[in-house]
Amino acid sequence: MAEKDITLTVNGTDHELRVESRKLLVHAIREDLDLTGTHIGCDTGNCGACTVYKDGEAVKSCLLFAVQADGSEITTVEGMEDQPEAGMGNSDLHPIQEGFHEMHGLQCGYCTPGMIMAGKALLEENDDPTEHEIRENISGNLCRCTGYQNIVKSIEYAADVLNDREPPESPVEHEGASMETAPDGGVETDGGCTGPDLTREYPGGDQE
Amino acid sequence: MSDAEDFRPGELVGTSVQRREDPHLLSGEAEYTDDIQHGDGVHLALCRSQYGHARIEDVDPSDALGLDGVVAVYTAADVEASDAPGILRADDSDRPVPAHPLLAGETATYQGQPVAAVVAEDRYTARDAAERVDISYERLPAVVDPDAALETDAPAIHDGAPDNVAFEWDTGDEDAAEAALDAADRVVEVEVPINRVMPTAMEPRAAVATADGSDLSLALTTQNPHQMRSDAAETLGVPEDRIDVRAPDVGGGFGGKLQPYPGYLLTAWTALQLERPVKWTATRSEDLQSMIHSREHDVAAQVGVSDAGDIEGLRLDTVAPVGGYLVAGGSTVPKNLGLMANGQYAIPGAYVHTTGVFTNTAPLSAYRGAGRPEATYVIERLVYEVAGELGLDPVEFRRRNYVGSFPYETGLGRTYDSGDYGKTLDTALGHVDYEEFRERQERLREEGRYLGIGVSAYVEACGVGPGIGEAGSVELTPSGTVVVKAGTAEIGTGHRTGYTQIVAAELGVPIENVEVIEGDTATMEEGTGTFGSRAMPVAGSAVRESAERVREQAREIAAHHLEASVDDVAAGDGEFHIRGAPDRSLTLTEVAELADAGDVPAGVDPDLAAESQYDPPNYTFPFGTHVALVEVEPDTGEIEIDRYVAVDDVGTQINPTIVEGQIHGGIVQGIGQALYEETTYDDNGTLVSGSLQDYALPRAGHVPELEWDSTVTECPHNPLGVKGVGEAGAIAAPPAIVNAVADALEPFDIGGLEMPLTPERIWRAVQDS
Repeated sequence: MAEKDITLTVNGTDHELRVESRKLLVHAIREDLDLTGTHIGCDTGNCGACTVYKDGEAVKSCLLFAVQADGSEITTVEGMEDQPEAGMGNSDLHPIQEGFHEMHGLQCGYCTPGMIMAGKALLEENDDPTEHEIRENISGNLCRCTGYQNIVKSIEYAADVLNDREPPESPVEHEGASMETAPDGGVETDGGCTGPDLTREYPGGDQE
Repeated sequence: MSDAEDFRPGELVGTSVQRREDPHLLSGEAEYTDDIQHGDGVHLALCRSQYGHARIEDVDPSDALGLDGVVAVYTAADVEASDAPGILRADDSDRPVPAHPLLAGETATYQGQPVAAVVAEDRYTARDAAERVDISYERLPAVVDPDAALETDAPAIHDGAPDNVAFEWDTGDEDAAEAALDAADRVVEVEVPINRVMPTAMEPRAAVATADGSDLSLALTTQNPHQMRSDAAETLGVPEDRIDVRAPDVGGGFGGKLQPYPGYLLTAWTALQLERPVKWTATRSEDLQSMIHSREHDVAAQVGVSDAGDIEGLRLDTVAPVGGYLVAGGSTVPKNLGLMANGQYAIPGAYVHTTGVFTNTAPLSAYRGAGRPEATYVIERLVYEVAGELGLDPVEFRRRNYVGSFPYETGLGRTYDSGDYGKTLDTALGHVDYEEFRERQERLREEGRYLGIGVSAYVEACGVGPGIGEAGSVELTPSGTVVVKAGTAEIGTGHRTGYTQIVAAELGVPIENVEVIEGDTATMEEGTGTFGSRAMPVAGSAVRESAERVREQAREIAAHHLEASVDDVAAGDGEFHIRGAPDRSLTLTEVAELADAGDVPAGVDPDLAAESQYDPPNYTFPFGTHVALVEVEPDTGEIEIDRYVAVDDVGTQINPTIVEGQIHGGIVQGIGQALYEETTYDDNGTLVSGSLQDYALPRAGHVPELEWDSTVTECPHNPLGVKGVGEAGAIAAPPAIVNAVADALEPFDIGGLEMPLTPERIWRAVQDS
């Protein structure tokens, strides 16, 4: 198979790669660069799990050969915490990542990086989208867990942070919580979420 | 032991703490199975039958072996020549079950069945080589429709089952049902077809195996690593104690990742053959062809009712296509339809007869709900249709027939634990203002607009038992960290957060002190897995019991050092103190340090650790009412969901935000089944909906904003009062949507509706009316 030398700038770092001409960009990112946050969910460009941010737009990295991306600048989920907007909210995260955490916008997490990159592309073009615009813009990305509602809210949360508005009240307790990863992969909460909330009622229901 | 001065366990339960699973999933640091790379690893690709039914005449690997980088090509003959028995686990049947081989030898019985396995140095070469394996087939007549498969002249799929019957089963009292139908004022007969759908978690299947001699280590996209360990042992002939299976991060399951798929076990088998790490990653097309499919049933129903509107008899005859083989869950799921067929209603004479039929399709098994969505769809469609026949309001007809007191023995094999069906119904109808809607519907019909309201009143069954337990252990380490282990696997449902809350509440420690480990046979000897909404009611009960035991053990040690009797020591917020003297206290960490130093009273184990097996005495029975408001455009067949209101009662909610998230996702899967998703085969057994281009999963723009509310009726038989929530949304949603559409089209007098309700189907139904 013919091979070609290419340069990819990924998350601000230049990488010189020798790749087979037919190698998909997503495989170059995942396997040659070991950035496994970008996922593969289908073979037909329908699911969006492989979405990355390339030269100013969201692209499906399974629909491009790596050689087609030669010379381009790419952001993946691993680079989100280094974006200038990171830290604008209550944590070191990018406001979109923070939105997903605050608004329960993820369950299994497999579609999440692609959703985050689709959300980034949307918010860069339109930093205050309507719910309808968000739904339309993430319609190239499939999620099988959340039913999308909390993903929409996660992106709305990010829009609020980016516009210096008070984000919607998170349904989860998050006071002072940091985002250190605990040994089990979970969060070290840094003193947040410790106390029981004795006043909380089940949403609209009866406690029997 | 507990009194007012004790820390009250359970205070943290019911609080929406942030998910502990999130951080690494948000940053890209997660490790899904396909993310695992071994420097010297090789890649497995499978050659799959192109045909739904074919005799395999020859497999010629020579072209493939000629390719640079190809390591090996294996066929059924190679598996047979090895030490591996090579037969996959099947479900129970009342007759002999055809053996399901790792690789098809003589015949392939569904399109996508693996025929040969190719191993190469890299992913691309493995795929290239798989295409070069030359398989000669003699095509055989195929049958994909279960009713057609039962015809006398239908081609037989297995020699041992000339009539294509995989199993027959019944439940309830046939004589009582027949007598009730004979005596009823009116008998309504309805056919209820249910469409075939595919679970389609976003992460395709993958496996990574490493072998060291006969020691085998497997990472799998699985919901049940302990069961996979048993399967690997059985199918590969390797002692179970030489095998470790772990589930790394798993990108969704929905029942589709419970099976011992040939791909998983061939990854392990080839690693044993080659003594090199082997990785297999399925493409989406492979997954759609060869993962389990679900839901498809043909149901013929007879309902006997009195003129006043009492349901007196029910008879269902159901036919399910089990696929080319009867796999795990292949008979359980159709049986679950029968076991839950009476829904929320008290029916004196009920009987269900079920026939499982071999078909040249992918195997049928469990998908989110596993028989309860089917049961709910059947009974809720029947209730709507029968109420219409009687000229009764479907809501009042339901209310009239509700089970009223609990426990309730259904007559079909289940005993409902607790419930208050009228309450979720009233709450849901209150949210939509039912009376006002009916007036608006009437008014708008005069303007040529067709609004409809659909109700789905469901009861389901979670946390299978008795006899299927789950293990949960808790250890208080000398550093004060609490390590929790469970036999389940986290697949996205957030139960790691749930266990944390349960244990932190029980011990009175901050949640950041709790670490949860699961999904790994190397760290937890016993386990059953994540399915049937059982994590919280069953594993949650096990970890709670273990936490309680550790707390009481620590209390004894604290009492010894505080020089008090155990009864005089209260458990406080992460500490123990003498009742009435809060300054005479020891923290849990101090107790752990003392125990670590062996400074414990005689007869008390210094290891502050407990492992419990919780075996539930019965299933739990969550319930609820979902209401859909739709508008149908008869000229185009388009359906708009104006509102969707869900009111669920899943017992105690450990984390209400996670509960609501589970409901959201389930509802959208149910909307998918009702409006979009359809698995289609042609007459040759070729999968037509074989990619996500052709199989319509709901997208963000397809679904409405969901409105959620809940009531809480505790489960009386587990210590947490939890009923489980993983599947409820998918169970409830389809009949809510279909009943709403039927209601909207009531003026047209259309015939039966078949999911998915595509615009074309609706348009045709209106045209034909």
